[in-house]
Amino acid sequence: MNLIDVTQLVAGYGNNAPILHDVDLALAAGKIGVIAGPNGAGKSTLLKAIFGLLNIHSGDIKHNGKSIIHLRADQLVAEGLAFVPQEFNVFESLSVEENLEMGAFIRTDSISDSIDHVYEYFPPLKEKRKQAAGELSGGQRQMVAMGRALMSRPTLLLLDEPTAGLSPLFMEKIFERIIAVNQAGVTVLMVEQHARQALEIADQGFILVTGKNAYTDTGDALLNNDEVARSFLGGVS
Amino acid sequence: MNEFIFFFNKVIVSGAAIGSVYAMGAIGVTLIFGILRFAHFAHGDMMTLGAFFAFGLTVMFPQAGQLFGLPTGFIMLPFAMVLTALVAVLLDRTFYEPLRRNKINPVGMVMASIGVTLMLQGLIRLFGGIEARHFFFAERKDIFRLALPFESASRKIVITEPQILLFVFTLLAVLAIHFILNRTKFGKAMRAVSDNVDLARVSGINIQKVTVITWMIAGSLAAAAGVLLSLDVSLKPDLSFNLLLPIFAAAIVGGVGHPYGAIVGGYVVGFAETLSIFNWAVFLRPFRESLPDWYELPSKLALVPTEYKITVPFFILVVILIWRPTGIFKGKVI
Repeated sequence: MNLIDVTQLVAGYGNNAPILHDVDLALAAGKIGVIAGPNGAGKSTLLKAIFGLLNIHSGDIKHNGKSIIHLRADQLVAEGLAFVPQEFNVFESLSVEENLEMGAFIRTDSISDSIDHVYEYFPPLKEKRKQAAGELSGGQRQMVAMGRALMSRPTLLLLDEPTAGLSPLFMEKIFERIIAVNQAGVTVLMVEQHARQALEIADQGFILVTGKNAYTDTGDALLNNDEVARSFLGGVS
Repeated sequence: MNEFIFFFNKVIVSGAAIGSVYAMGAIGVTLIFGILRFAHFAHGDMMTLGAFFAFGLTVMFPQAGQLFGLPTGFIMLPFAMVLTALVAVLLDRTFYEPLRRNKINPVGMVMASIGVTLMLQGLIRLFGGIEARHFFFAERKDIFRLALPFESASRKIVITEPQILLFVFTLLAVLAIHFILNRTKFGKAMRAVSDNVDLARVSGINIQKVTVITWMIAGSLAAAAGVLLSLDVSLKPDLSFNLLLPIFAAAIVGGVGHPYGAIVGGYVVGFAETLSIFNWAVFLRPFRESLPDWYELPSKLALVPTEYKITVPFFILVVILIWRPTGIFKGKVI
């Protein structure tokens, strides 16, 4: 069974015209899924729709076979979903450690193990744990944002352009961390502007164009598809 | 020496007392602004309401204070705080929450809070009457007169029991606020919501619970400030009107949304008031002999006449905002 199942989704902001048209997306547990496509294709919109931030006109979103379209954000977190927005994704005036604690807000058990765990994934954060998150560099902020999301012990991690604005070196590091998180058993669904690099680590790729599914296949298959490469990956490699 | 004691009594003691009241009110205003993003104009009336709750309880159980050796009104303070906190939560549920749900703009929220002000004032007058009342109708208000060990000091430092209780309570309240915001899960969540409400929501923070806790803290602090001020002076139904402006001035001067700023702002406004109505002629009197004959010593030499005291917060507001447009502490988030 798939961990996340989006079927025939039509969704948009408020009562405006929908942005997504009959979008399908399915991802099995333990995999990495990458949503790619040109600007304005509705990639981030799809991710936000899964996290209940959009108005759903029709279609369904199932997590573990259960429809989640009527749940509030805090209920989704309790369900096992975690979302890292692209921008403004850390509490700037809170310390790194307080940011992590906020990610664990719904939990009632002890969270110190999970904090240590996040510091293992992202060692630079440990020495900065008392520092305000707003004072960190872009790459470190992204680590705080991902760490915060992991604190709720999600089964599905939604990442909206985790490498936006980062240097290629940092991009490599973030991808490496995403693989590590995935190997620990967390299913990852992310939107990426750097489609080629992202598809290289993806089990499943979804290419959207103007709010519709264009190509859906394994990451390797999409990379080897000449048409996809020409249109979306900046040429055949 | 006597002149300095007079100055101490009139400016330092009185300024610290009224400053504490302003500080506690301003913390509430600033927390509500930081988390719910609107200026809560009915805050002064929550103070009056709290004072009336305590007064009602004092009338019902006038002997309660004797058991503890404290003024009865002070014994009733915790109950008044709880009642006012409940009213604050209820007001939010009934009036502000439906507006927020319909995404009304902040000006609409401010207008709604002015409506709540008028309603509360009407209710207080309806049930409490319009005359000024005194908490010490059955007991004596203790006034301490401390002599200084100087020969030239014949005047004494005067401090009342309610003032001492006010100082002690304010100190404890400030420590408690500091502890809540930095050490507790909900306090940190309050800071998180104030910092970035969208991210707080996707992190799974229950915004509704945070809102309720904010109102409870703001309401109980408002009640405490109202009760302690009324204990020291008297309880008037129009208390709120005289408090609202200085409290907002304190919150803005300190940096809106910044609780430590609100505390500093409260004392800045409090001391500014007492300094500006202080009769500085007192300090000239010892030099009467050495002054030239043609100079007649004025009997009153204050920056502002007492009746115009309410203009002082305005002045402070303007001066500080010219110097630091975001307030003493950089305002915006808790």
